[in-house]
Amino acid sequence: MAYSEQVIDHYENPRNVGKMDDKDGHVGTGMVGAPACGDVMRLQIRVNDDGVIEDAKFKTYGCGSAIASSSLVTEWVKGMTLDQAAELKNAQIAEELALPPVKIHCSVLAEDAIKAAVEDYRKKQG
Amino acid sequence: MDMTRNYFELFDLQPGFELDLGLLSERYRELQKQWHPDRFAHLSERERRLSVQYTAHLNEAFQSLKSPLRRAQYLLLLQGRDTHGESGAQLDPMFLMEQMELRERLSEVAEQDDPEAELEQLQQEAEQALRELRAEFVSLYTGGDLEGAERTVRKMQFATKLETEIEALEDRLFDD
Repeated sequence: MAYSEQVIDHYENPRNVGKMDDKDGHVGTGMVGAPACGDVMRLQIRVNDDGVIEDAKFKTYGCGSAIASSSLVTEWVKGMTLDQAAELKNAQIAEELALPPVKIHCSVLAEDAIKAAVEDYRKKQG
Repeated sequence: MDMTRNYFELFDLQPGFELDLGLLSERYRELQKQWHPDRFAHLSERERRLSVQYTAHLNEAFQSLKSPLRRAQYLLLLQGRDTHGESGAQLDPMFLMEQMELRERLSEVAEQDDPEAELEQLQQEAEQALRELRAEFVSLYTGGDLEGAERTVRKMQFATKLETEIEALEDRLFDD
């Protein structure tokens, strides 16, 4: 199966790969996995006092589409409010990356990851 | 060959996770011989086609029972639970965290002072984790907790993938 140019670009030059301190009160961490392919994804956001995402990092062990989906999400959510980030839909990711139907679940994984990160941050804030 | 019988019946084995793999291989070879397309070469096209079909079915059955992960999945499938697709169920974040850490360590193996020792260590940990998951599956499945068994199979899928990746790295690094 051929990857789209967008996927290859993110795969070869992933944006924002890394790790934040998940004990930090300003950091929200989303950990998700896709059992069928064994992919694991960690997506983290750093949120400022105005509820705006200042920075985002990810690490994904999985296929090119899963890496590209999470890489794209970290780019998109920077500067977003938590509500905006939680509203992100997998269809937008799949469209931007031109994912074929068999790889749609990778974009679902990335959507789940950002939602989990937002939820984790909100839980920390109480 | 009755293709509506389940894979355990096909090999005349007791359905369950604990399986005599030697016996499975033996029965598989017997049936394979019996249905080998070469033996049908002189018969009608319909019978030749059937023999090819049976052989494919037989192979699928053998592979499904041979691998512990696939065997567990098949047992659940017989109970009407398909674990081959993606699950909407929430996975345990602690488990995912561990899986992430193991994969991080795996990705750094080549940079270690003693890559071989680190890989060996990882392999042992991965095997141990799989052994524990298999035991957990047996206890949940035989206890009738199918939902729990399904959760364990999901974990086995990650652990099995990790094991495959450890083996692939081992091949790349040391088997030149």
